[in-house]
Amino acid sequence: MADVTHGAIDVIPPAEVAEVDLYHPHSWWTKYVFSQDAKVIAIQYSGTAIAIGMVALVLSWLMRLQLGFPGTFSFITPEAYYQFITMHGMIMVIYLLTALFLGGFGNYLIPLMVGARDMVFPYVNMLSYWVYLLAVLVLVASFFAPGGPTGAGWTLYPPQAIMTGTPGGGDWGIILMLVSLILFIIGFTMGGLNYVVTVLQGRTRGMTLMRMPLTVWGIFTATVMALLAFPALFVACVMMLLDRVLATSFFMPAIVEMGEQLQHAGGSPILFQHLFWFFGHPEVYIVALPAFGIVSDLISVHARKNIFGYRMMVWAIVAIGALSFVVWAHHMYVSGMHPYFGFFFATTTLIIAVPTAIKVYNWVLTLWRGDIHLSIPMLFALAFIVTFVNGGLTGLFLGNVVVDVPLSDTMFVVAHFHMVMGIAPILVIFGAIYHWYPKITGRMLNEALGQFHFWVTFLGAYLIFFPMHYLGLIGVPRRYAELGDMQILPESAHSLNAFISIMAFTVGFAQLVFLFNLIWSIRHGREAGSNPWRAASLEWQTLETPPGHGNFGKELPVVYRWAYDYNVPGAKEDFIPQNDPGSYAGSRAH
Amino acid sequence: MSVILVFLLVVAGIAGWWLSQQRLMSKPWLEQGSTAAFPGTESGPMPAAKVGLGVFLAVVGCLFALFTSAYFMRMGLADWQPMPVPRILWLNSGVLMLSSVALQCALIAARKRQLETVRFGLITGGVTAIAFLVGQLMAWRELMADGYFLAANPANSFFYLITGMHGLHIVGGLVGLAVVTTRAWAPGWPADRLRLGVELCTMYWHFLLFIWLGLFVLLAGWAASFVEICRQLLT
Repeated sequence: MADVTHGAIDVIPPAEVAEVDLYHPHSWWTKYVFSQDAKVIAIQYSGTAIAIGMVALVLSWLMRLQLGFPGTFSFITPEAYYQFITMHGMIMVIYLLTALFLGGFGNYLIPLMVGARDMVFPYVNMLSYWVYLLAVLVLVASFFAPGGPTGAGWTLYPPQAIMTGTPGGGDWGIILMLVSLILFIIGFTMGGLNYVVTVLQGRTRGMTLMRMPLTVWGIFTATVMALLAFPALFVACVMMLLDRVLATSFFMPAIVEMGEQLQHAGGSPILFQHLFWFFGHPEVYIVALPAFGIVSDLISVHARKNIFGYRMMVWAIVAIGALSFVVWAHHMYVSGMHPYFGFFFATTTLIIAVPTAIKVYNWVLTLWRGDIHLSIPMLFALAFIVTFVNGGLTGLFLGNVVVDVPLSDTMFVVAHFHMVMGIAPILVIFGAIYHWYPKITGRMLNEALGQFHFWVTFLGAYLIFFPMHYLGLIGVPRRYAELGDMQILPESAHSLNAFISIMAFTVGFAQLVFLFNLIWSIRHGREAGSNPWRAASLEWQTLETPPGHGNFGKELPVVYRWAYDYNVPGAKEDFIPQNDPGSYAGSRAH
Repeated sequence: MSVILVFLLVVAGIAGWWLSQQRLMSKPWLEQGSTAAFPGTESGPMPAAKVGLGVFLAVVGCLFALFTSAYFMRMGLADWQPMPVPRILWLNSGVLMLSSVALQCALIAARKRQLETVRFGLITGGVTAIAFLVGQLMAWRELMADGYFLAANPANSFFYLITGMHGLHIVGGLVGLAVVTTRAWAPGWPADRLRLGVELCTMYWHFLLFIWLGLFVLLAGWAASFVEICRQLLT
């Protein structure tokens, strides 16, 4: 065992992969603004997503002000409350999470992790960001439009979404929302083609699919899903736009508004729900799969141990991706569907828990007897596992028709989806930022501020959403701006609501500390060196940190092994980079 | 939603076939060093642009499959009144086929490096595609003259929406075709890159023709009768 046979095993000639025509920037504008470099685009995407995410955070504060202390703030009318709810949900799900995971992390990590110089279509990639920015600007414009943004709820269900009784329904709000979504989908498709084709055609020598880090697998599969799921939202948006602007009746039934018969007749709101959720459910996994991938890598690196069951992890990602297209109607149990239909979708919903559970077991087994470093990325990764399991378990409740029907309109649902697709992926995003920030800037984020940020966010999020499950079970309805004197509710429900609100402000404040840390550490953080976490995947093996234009200097790296060779017996260090051609006695002894 | 599910099943089939060649059963922790023993597991020699277009066409196919799904679901409701098919659509379909044939000729010529024929094929393809769009607009005008307005009936709404969406995709293709056509005249543009450009245009054209024929069958009502026959056979 002690003998180290460190010799070159059949050294591979470098880069027979066709070199991408690298675009070289000529001026400040093309280097930092209209840049075609995926790393710059990634930072642009992330910056925009975080900025609009802060708007959504403030909106959640406003909602909590109303729910915790109803009637205290006169400017929060019921209409305004619905607008806050709608914009908060839409921004968080689409403009923050989707854009940050795929546009942000996808752009930064895919080329570096697969050993490419850049995305395969850099120009289209650049366009993707600018169309995304336009979508965000149109969305923001709706705040300033007459009548304000739409208050239709983030699912935009017709007929109410385009009627005058709903805020923004008869004005510009809903139109701008739909246009913004259409733009987002066009922009995303441009980016998505890049992420997929770069993984397919841009991998360096030796990088087979089964040697890719799970982060790339997660982002890749999520992008494929998004490319196939977003068209459903596109179709729904275009058809609703026609209903609203040109008085067609795709979704609008015959309806009387303010005593007047509207022009519409015969349309089907259920058709919209099918289209929306055909996108909406895969969307949950579009956000979750990159998180799954990233968290696998964080755990492996910070526990100094190879990921347990790599093959199974890959299969699970692919299986979840495929299954997520046949569960959409579990969001529609209360729409009056045929019982057998509900039974089918309840079954598929429970089946999808199997590959998901496999992933959770594998994360835990990776930790088992690992050399766990409780660094901040690891803390966030551990917090993710717990939170995801919590949210996932309540998902099993809601996946069953008989349990879902009474709970569907209560705070229980709000608690469930915030745990599983709000808090859980956001924890991964934080972990990932703490993990890759040194590669992006060359400096570490401040550790003390990071500890503060982690503990307040993690414990605070539980203090917000755990009581909310209870509120839901005793019957507190969701979507209500004010509970009033509801006889069924005990007094404690109201004081619990006030408590949740105070916790929400506290957690929100911790995010400001995080933002400060992000900016402050660019100049004042500790120098990180090129590989501060001693990680094996390719992005840590670049010549420069932050990586220069073209990522890898003169020659592309050649890959000789998978990304998880940690603590290999016989190796000099406790990790072996993917591009190390050496052969180590112990590395076959797993 | 059955149409989109069938479409996704086809996509999943292709993806699954490809994945099955990627050694998903391998144990990467045991395999260090060269991948020479496993041909086809690294990035292949196919140009990225071609793969990219293939993926894009899957997205476009998905879009139209979803429109078709929505069409069938909306069709089952009481107020649906089928719409007559303007005769000019037959002519338009012929013109679009001609366009595809012209581009196919251009592609064959590009492979043989006959630049003159390539140019002729590209121009013919472009002109016939524009003729198709004009024909579609004439069909719209004809329908409106007969009182089949957009909002009058869901069948009409779908007709305008779906043909419009298809037309927009043709317009997008024309932009690409224009770029390739100018390159066919650019002196010193490398022949293999021109061939790739022509190939991409041809792929896109054939696909849009295929989509159009599918939509034509749908809009003319034959698809619905076909589905009805299948349903009766099954029950």
